[in-house]
Amino acid sequence: MYGNDVIDPTQPLNAAETDAYDAASAHEDQRDTVGDDFDALIAADQRIEPRDAMPEKYRETLIRQIAQHAHSEIIGMQPEGNWITRAPSLRRKAILIAKVQDEAGHGLYLYSAAETLGVDRAELLDRLHDGRQKYSSIFNYPTLTWADCGAIGWLVDGAAIMNQVPLCRCSYGPYARAMIRVCKEESFHQRQGFEILWTLMRGTPEQQAMAQDAADRWWWPALAMFGPPDTGEAAKGGHTEQSMAWGIKRFSNDDLRQKFVDMMVPQAEKLGIVLPDPELRWNDERGHYDFGEVDWDEFWRVLRGDGACNAERIAHRRRAHEDGAWVREAANAYAAKQALKEQQKESAA
Amino acid sequence: MSGAATPPTEAGAPSPARTERSWPLWEVFVRGKRGLSHVHVGSLHAPDAELALRNARDLYTRRQEGVSIWVVKADDITASSPAEKDSFFDPAADKIYRHPTFYDVPEDVEYL
Repeated sequence: MYGNDVIDPTQPLNAAETDAYDAASAHEDQRDTVGDDFDALIAADQRIEPRDAMPEKYRETLIRQIAQHAHSEIIGMQPEGNWITRAPSLRRKAILIAKVQDEAGHGLYLYSAAETLGVDRAELLDRLHDGRQKYSSIFNYPTLTWADCGAIGWLVDGAAIMNQVPLCRCSYGPYARAMIRVCKEESFHQRQGFEILWTLMRGTPEQQAMAQDAADRWWWPALAMFGPPDTGEAAKGGHTEQSMAWGIKRFSNDDLRQKFVDMMVPQAEKLGIVLPDPELRWNDERGHYDFGEVDWDEFWRVLRGDGACNAERIAHRRRAHEDGAWVREAANAYAAKQALKEQQKESAA
Repeated sequence: MSGAATPPTEAGAPSPARTERSWPLWEVFVRGKRGLSHVHVGSLHAPDAELALRNARDLYTRRQEGVSIWVVKADDITASSPAEKDSFFDPAADKIYRHPTFYDVPEDVEYL
């Protein structure tokens, strides 16, 4: 929600006046008995901090996951950035700029978290640019109409929130803290998307058709965002089991997907949008909605590079990086010159 | 990693040099409002202190989360070592008489 983070003036002024203090001091007591051993900390659901000893696989898994997450945030600026110049009103344009800026910010929080594991951001960007690291497949789909900005906010950011809220309790401290900031900001994104569709659905028949068409195209890719099935037979040999044991992942892909469907169906009904799944229906026995199978062949095809926009996204990203090189160099030269001046002043004094 | 010469609180091991010199890392601290301390919120890269402050404003206070920002070069932070945590903090562990709960007092005394 917008402005969620403004501190209430009636809140206690001092940390010692709050429950947070009691909670933290209780944690400290626990820390004494738990010790610094990685497995013991994980078993006690304690956070791992940057300079703690940790298994190499844990570090590698986190670097891969956080980097992929960061890449997704900055590549995610492109589909909506595409509509900034053509937003239908000044209000929509200002909102869209703020949202795209947030995505850049989320990328930076995450690169910052990844760097605490001993990698350099520039190195991670290199890996993105030459295709050694991936980003979420969802951003390889094109934004064809203005309604796509609504569908992205409502469905894509909605799915992202569902994925990210459990990460606020991830065992790695800096990642969890970054995700808390990200989640607070995402809820504005989802609401603004819903509002775009809500407005279109109460507009002309053409506008309604445009909103419905956007939902038709984004629904299945949004469901695929939770990743391939990872429960039952599919759980064998995947990352999920180990990530869950390490407290990096808290719910399976399938559980999160189900929660997402259950949450979105009533919202779609409210909007008057028909979700493009003939198998979608309430199952009284399970207490959940049944839904159809995601086209996983398409998912893997797009992930491997064969989506509508894969080449364009990376080419644009590289161009932006290369075009900014002179700015980075100039800022370095200026900083070096200022430091030298400072030095000369000091030695003269 | 041990002792005072280690990298800062949140920063990990330094990475190998690359062709383009990257901007140094800064740790960012934000005061949420008057009466509160500055709290560490994360880090960022910037060529100098002035731009670090501006970047910190854009990155960490887009929704009025702060009234004051500190930026500190990550390299300038000296941190205690987790490996030495026990010997470093042990001296405080056996002085439980520093806590009010250590003392036996009658239960019917008010405001104590």
